[in-house]
Amino acid sequence: MTLEASPDHAEVASLLEPLDVGLEPALASLHARLALDAQLIHTLDIAYRIVDSPVGKLLLAATDRGIIRVAFELENHGDVLQLLANTISPRILQAPARLDDAARQLDEYFAGTRREFDLTLDFRLSRGFRLNVLQHLPRIAYGRTESYAEVALAAGSPNAVRAVGTACATNPLPVIVPCHRVVKSDGSFGGYLGGSEAKRALLTLEAAA
Amino acid sequence: MEPEQAAIKKPFEAVVQEQGATVLRVCRAVLGVHDADDAWSDTFLAALQSYPDLPPEANVQAWLVTIAHHKCIDHLRAGSRRALPVDSPPEQPSRLGIPGDGHAELLDAVTGLPPKQRQAVAYHYLAGLPYKDVAALLGGTPDAARRAGADGVKSLRNALADLPALAHSLSKGELR
Repeated sequence: MTLEASPDHAEVASLLEPLDVGLEPALASLHARLALDAQLIHTLDIAYRIVDSPVGKLLLAATDRGIIRVAFELENHGDVLQLLANTISPRILQAPARLDDAARQLDEYFAGTRREFDLTLDFRLSRGFRLNVLQHLPRIAYGRTESYAEVALAAGSPNAVRAVGTACATNPLPVIVPCHRVVKSDGSFGGYLGGSEAKRALLTLEAAA
Repeated sequence: MEPEQAAIKKPFEAVVQEQGATVLRVCRAVLGVHDADDAWSDTFLAALQSYPDLPPEANVQAWLVTIAHHKCIDHLRAGSRRALPVDSPPEQPSRLGIPGDGHAELLDAVTGLPPKQRQAVAYHYLAGLPYKDVAALLGGTPDAARRAGADGVKSLRNALADLPALAHSLSKGELR
């Protein structure tokens, strides 16, 4: 049995082009509606947004328990989101509302008018000694620094100086959990997951305020 | 936390970015522009809910089109129950461009097709499903689905022939 030759895809695509009128604005409002609806029925496991800052664009991500991730551009936001999909849940949407508070407090911090963050944090990505280290870091006062050795002592393992370095280098919540306040004993900056320029900028900001 | 197990499943945001436009075109072709937004929302909300259970190797577009197909049927049924004749339908701002430029007429032509033809055209030509998969959604044989698609395209072509202004603009459009 022979059928008439199937119409050519390109021709049909041009026939159906009127369906594309206003497609982009419609998609933008549908996306916003999806984010709201998903939040409402508790199917949005991770909401994220991107904010501008003096140290580049920051990715902020939150679960229903709190902020779970802050990431510098240097870390590649796409990779960070993929890792969250793999380890927490792939139900991830760009949904700014859940991060309004965090975005506002970061703005204030970078403007020099906020010295402490008042945010609920989800520490699920860290465990063991690294978690001990992260929980100590907010006790280093704004504008002050501690050495890796001092942090090791405070976290209960004076010999674990290198492990403190690892804990800081893998801090899932940089800036908010101030690993930038941990520096080398000789006073040099030490490494930073946002790059040493970002670390310098944060410490300079805090020293000036 | 077994990264290997789920490593290839993208964040759902990427699914929305990559497939959102196709699904909206499909919903528009099947339901018309007015009801398409609700069907799109229902589709992606349901997809988000069941996304963690989707096998990582699954064809995401075919999966979404299947969900959209069912959501569109829900809307078609609800619409036929809901539709009440009125003397003068309420005026709504048009999202379809300028009257007389042919867009609205062609959309009318699409929504004027019998449902099976609309669906076959949408699933095959907009979503790229092979007629075997279109038949699985619509019931019937792949040949019947192919005929429905071809008949739909023929009707659209005829509608276009009656609209010289549009034929002109579309012949320019073919350069894309």
